[in-house]
This record gives sequence, structure tokens and C-alpha cells, in this order.
Amino acid sequence: MTAKQSPLQKASIIDVQTLDDLISTLAHAGYQVIGPRKQDDAIVYDTLRSAGDLPVGYADEQDGGKYRLVKARDGIYFDYVVGPQSWKRFLFPPHQKICQMRKQGKAFRIVEETAEPPCYAFFGVRACEIAAMKVQDKVFDNGTFADPGYLGKRNAAFIVAVNCGRAGGTCFCASMNTGPRAQGGFDLALTEIVEKKRHVFLIEAGSVRGSEILAKIPRRAATGEDTAAALAATDRAVKGMGRKMVEDVGPLLKRNLEHARWGEVAKRCLTCANCTMVCPTCFCSTVEDVTDLSGSNAERWRRWDSCFTMDFSYIHGGAVRRETSSRYRQWMTHKLSSWFEQFGTSGCVGCGRCITWCPVGIDITEEARAIWESEGRR
Amino acid sequence: MKEMTALKDPMVPAPFRIERVRKELSDTFTIDLVSAERRRAFSFLPGQFNMLYVFGVGEIPISISGDPADPETIVHTTRAVGSVTNAMWKLGAGQTIGVRGPFGTSWPVEKAEGLDVVIVTGGIGLAPLRPAIYQIMSNRAAYGNVCILYGARTPEDILFRKELEKWRGQFDLQVDVTVDYATGRWAGRVGVVTKLIGRGGFDPHQTVALVCGPEIMMRFAVEALAERGVPNERIYVSLERNMKCGIGFCGHCQLGGDFVCKDGPVFGFDKIAHKFAIQEL
Ligand SMILES: Cc1cc2nc3c(=O)[nH]c(=O)nc-3n(C[C@H](O)[C@H](O)[C@H](O)COP(=O)(O)OP(=O)(O)OC[C@H]3O[C@@H](n4cnc5c(N)ncnc54)[C@H](O)[C@@H]3O)c2cc1C
Ligand code: SF4
Ligand code: SF4
Ligand code: FES
Repeated sequence: MTAKQSPLQKASIIDVQTLDDLISTLAHAGYQVIGPRKQDDAIVYDTLRSAGDLPVGYADEQDGGKYRLVKARDGIYFDYVVGPQSWKRFLFPPHQKICQMRKQGKAFRIVEETAEPPCYAFFGVRACEIAAMKVQDKVFDNGTFADPGYLGKRNAAFIVAVNCGRAGGTCFCASMNTGPRAQGGFDLALTEIVEKKRHVFLIEAGSVRGSEILAKIPRRAATGEDTAAALAATDRAVKGMGRKMVEDVGPLLKRNLEHARWGEVAKRCLTCANCTMVCPTCFCSTVEDVTDLSGSNAERWRRWDSCFTMDFSYIHGGAVRRETSSRYRQWMTHKLSSWFEQFGTSGCVGCGRCITWCPVGIDITEEARAIWESEGRR
Repeated sequence: MKEMTALKDPMVPAPFRIERVRKELSDTFTIDLVSAERRRAFSFLPGQFNMLYVFGVGEIPISISGDPADPETIVHTTRAVGSVTNAMWKLGAGQTIGVRGPFGTSWPVEKAEGLDVVIVTGGIGLAPLRPAIYQIMSNRAAYGNVCILYGARTPEDILFRKELEKWRGQFDLQVDVTVDYATGRWAGRVGVVTKLIGRGGFDPHQTVALVCGPEIMMRFAVEALAERGVPNERIYVSLERNMKCGIGFCGHCQLGGDFVCKDGPVFGFDKIAHKFAIQEL
């Protein structure tokens, strides 16, 4: 392929029934297929046995502090967007064992554990979520140190992207340049085409192994009309996106580390840490030590942590960030500003989760805008 | 079985055997460690730290306080302040400590060649600087004047007292010690260590300053050094932040865009002066 060619030129069309073939083909290839499922009135990511497990016909209503699943268009597979979970929980599990130690007389030894990494196929990955994985890739392989657990799972994972045909209520990926159409980083990408007379998927391969899987399922070449319909779908999502991040937010926050807005948002923020738990790029962790009753076996566990807790910055004598305002500032400036210094990219991909799952509906785009406007802009 | 070496998890400690534990002060002890796997060399740069794991209790960052010229023994000097440090002090020779490291940046000992060196430190802050002092002493001719300014709470809290006295007896080293509170027969200086900076002994325009101690002390030290005319880019400080990994994974040590564990703990002050000015960053 020459660089100028649109990736859509190699696209194919599959019927909706073929989704099932795709899932079973992946399963036969040895992947554990994980995808969106409806559980407890939310979309979560769990094992998919067939396309029937997908939350067909549901859409989500999202806004600051609000999430609701509703019955929507019959038979549509991907009318909802992202829920409270992200793929992070598979690649970087909330709770993972680092190692185990066993006492031997006065000494102890480290018990070697070598488990084969699970081989996941992530089915239904949104463009912002691919962007989030790329962000975490830089965190867990920082040039000096690499996390083999993360990398093993990440490199093995097969990514089936889904391009969004509808924006969620809190999405702002378009202004973060991360979506709603996936630009690479997938093995296969689906766009659901819903028209009066037909309901099909446009499917593109983004890798050799993607093409190999695609070759095993019934498909036909996409026409120019098909690709136009697929592009129209993501265009609709862009047009329907209600939120937007202000421009040049990185430098903006860097020059406003001392700003009245931090104190103002602190009056609303509960420091509950929800935003960091749902965020697909937040990577902070702590380590927990456990011993068995005999005291001769010990384990170290890595667990998700959040910069919103008081303990997070504790050093002898007291926490560094005692005030809610400094903890909120840490979160927001990290996501939108200091991340650039650390990893050369934004730490926010515009998925909107932190807005939806904030119990008091604090909106990162609005907080940034308030500071932006305080500089006399509009 | 492929690429097994590439797959080593940097979060898993290596077992080291305790050779010796000795009391330094009422609340401070030094531990000598050797690799339990084989007597393999452990090279480090002055100012770097290790993550030390106590079986079943926890893991903490502790600077290396020994001589970089001795790669067999790793020495750490620790003040017992809480759960892990107290548990560590209860350990004895023959027991195991888990070690990950060495991590972080180092004191600019080589960059300081040809210049005066002033070391400003308080309390346990002398421990992370001792390797730098050893290295400077082993290559003494390469430096101009070398001053060690050390402050302790009381005369009983003076760390490495014998060594300080020995260094003080040398003709090529200026050692000034001060205490916050005089007790017993102390006839030395009383007052904060930062006061000693104004007394001279180094040429501010030809000096590298190495500063380590409580953050408040470092703030005053930097101010006093600046007053004497030492530029920020030749002042180095070692920072302390909560650390759960030491390798840039856990996020705890962040100071704005810096990870203190890998971009620090030793920073050129010019790189962080603007951050120092912001509360609770
Ligand atoms: C780079 C670096 C080098 C250090 N070098 C030395 C040294 O050479 N000698 C020495 O005595 N101390 C040193 N410290 C401080 C030492 O790490 C803490 O005193 C120690 O973590 C306290 O642990 P604790 O469990 O006994 O205390 P607790 O008060 O029970 O603390 C609970 C937990 O909080 C964290 N914590 C508490 N205080 C600190 C702190 N000051 N810094 C980082 N994490 C902290 C630790 O995770 C600790 O386990 C260093 C700290 C850093 C960051
Ligand atoms: S900060 Fe909010 S919008 Fe940005 S990636 Fe995280 S959860 Fe999504
Ligand atoms: S925002 Fe907070 S929890 Fe998230 S990665 Fe940054 S420091 Fe960690
Ligand atoms: S100590 Fe974990 S990131 Fe620095």
C-alpha cells in the first residue's frame, strides 16, 4: 500500500450474522474473546461466547454524574459507547501478584513464577480506547524499565476495533484527536452501517494477523458506496459530540498551577477517586504485603491506586498533598499537561468516563475551559 | 522459553544477605548487605538508592551510604521512623532483605572536578552524601576547597561522628558541625546549618553545592547559597517523595512532570526551582 491510499480501500463488507463467525474464528485461533456485555445495567467487558452475548439494541445515556442504559434501535450492535470499565483491567489488572517469598531458616527465597500470559482478543475496542492503550504502552515500557506482565498481554492481544457511529453524552475524543474513527492500532476494525434497507459491517484489516483472521470468514469487497457510508457514520458521531477540550491545554495548565479555580473545584470534589479508577490511562499503583498465618510465606501484590487518596503522597511527617485542591490539581494537570513532559503525549484521550462516573459531575473539559476563560479568552 | 532474560520483572526483588547491623544513633542503624545468589558486584553511583524489602512487611526507598569503590558490600543507613524501618532494625546477620536497584540520578561528583565543593546536610541527609564524600576524597587533588557543613538536632544525633572527626582532622577538608540544641559538654556551634553557608570556605562562583536534608532545611540552604552567589545550576538537591516502585510505574513520586525516582532523587536546582515555589505540588 502506498501512503496516499485510504486504508478503507482494502475494506470488506460482512453481514451481521458473520460477527458470530468472527468471534468463533478468534476463539478457534486460541484467543479468549472479551467484549461488551450488559451487566447490572451497565456495559462491562467480559467473555463473549457468541455475538448473542453483545448488548444488542441498547444505547447509553451519559452526562456528568449520570449513566443509564436504554432500549434503543432494535438489532443494532454498537449503539452504546464506553462504560465504567476499560481494557486496562485486562492488561494492567486492578490486583496482580508481583511475587511470592518463602522463609528458609533465617533467610527467605523468592519463588519463581512463570505463567503464560493470557491471550486476549478484545472485541469492540473504541478508537479512544486504542489511544489509551498506546498511552499506557509508554508508561509500562519507559525506555529504562519495562513491565513484562503488561507487555506480554499487550503484545498477544488481538484488537477488534469498533468505530463509533454515535457519540456518547460525555465524549470529546474528536477534540483530542483520538477518535471516533480508529487510525491504526487494531488488527481488525468494524464500522456498523445501518441504512433503511441494509444492516452490515464494513471491516478493515490493520495487521497481518488481522488479514489472516479476515480471510477465514465470509465477506465481500466493499464498494465506494460502502466506504462512504462507513465514513458518514463516524462523521455523525463527530457532529453529535457535545463536549470539547480547549486548545493548548497543556501549556495553559502549566502556567496556571496557582489558580483560584483549584480551590473552587475542591469545594465540589469528594476525592472519591472514581475518575482515576475509570480512566483508561491512569496507571498508579501501590504494593500490598501479605503473609500467611504461619508467617513463612509472603506475597507482594500490586493494586490500583489513586492520587486522590491522602496516603498516596505520604512521607514521614505527613502527606505532600493534603488539600483537595492540590490533589485535584495533580489529577488534572497530570492528565492534560505534565503527561506531555513525561511521555510526549496527552494522558487524556477524551473518553468522558471521568465525567460520567464523577458522583458530583465534575467535568474535566469545563474545568479546563474555566481556566482558559480566566485568561480572557472565549 | 524465548527471551527469558528480557522478561525479568523489575518489581521482583533479589535476595541479599545481611552481613552486619550496627547501631549508629538511638534511632539510626547501618546494614551491610551482600548478594545471596552469588558474590556478584553491585556498582552504584553516589546518591542512588535501593528499594529494600522486609519479609512480609513492606518495601521502602533507602539511599546507599557506602563506598562506591567497594562493589561487594551494599551499605544502607536508616533512621527508624515507622513500620518498615523498625522491622528492618530487628533483623540480624544471616537474614535476608530483598533489594531492587540501584535507582535514580546521582550527585555530580565528576562534573564538580576543578571546582570547590560545598556539602550542606542535616540529620540522616548525610547518609546519601557519604558515597559522594568517599569518591571526592579518593580523588581529592581534582577538587578545590571541599567543605562539609552538617547540622544535627543535638550532639547525640551527629551521624558518622567518628568519620566527621577524622575528616575534620585532615588538612584538605573543612568540616563544620552545628547542633540545634546543645546538650552535655557540647562546646561546638549551635544554630541551623544554613547559617554556616555565609561563613565562607568556598568561592561561590567556582563551587558546586550538594544539599540533602529535610525539605525545609534545603529551602533555606538554597536561599543562603543563592545569597552568596552560587547559581542555581550548580546547586544540587536530593528530594524525598513516597515511592512504591522506583522505576516510573507507580506514579507516587511525581513532582509535576518529574518522577523523583528516575528523574531524581538528585536534581539540579535550576530544573526544579519553579516547582519548589509551588505548595503541595
Ligand atoms: C530516594 C529516597 C532515599 C531515602 N534514603 C533514606 C536513607 O538513606 N535513610 C533513611 O533513613 N531514610 C531514607 N529515606 C526515607 C525512607 O524511605 C522513609 O523513612 C521510609 O520509607 C519510612 O518507612 P516506614 O515504613 O518505616 O515509615 P511509615 O511512617 O510507617 O511509612 C509508611 C509508608 O509510607 C512511605 N514513606 C514514609 N516516609 C517516607 C519517606 N520519607 N520517603 C518515602 N516514602 C515514605 C513508605 O512507603 C512507608 O512504608 C529515603 C527516601 C527516599 C524517597
Ligand atoms: S481523563 Fe477522563 S476523559 Fe480523559 S481519558 Fe481519563 S477518563 Fe477519559
Ligand atoms: S491522574 Fe493521578 S492516578 Fe491518574 S495517572 Fe496521574 S497521578 Fe496517577
Ligand atoms: S516511585 Fe513509582 S513512579 Fe517513582
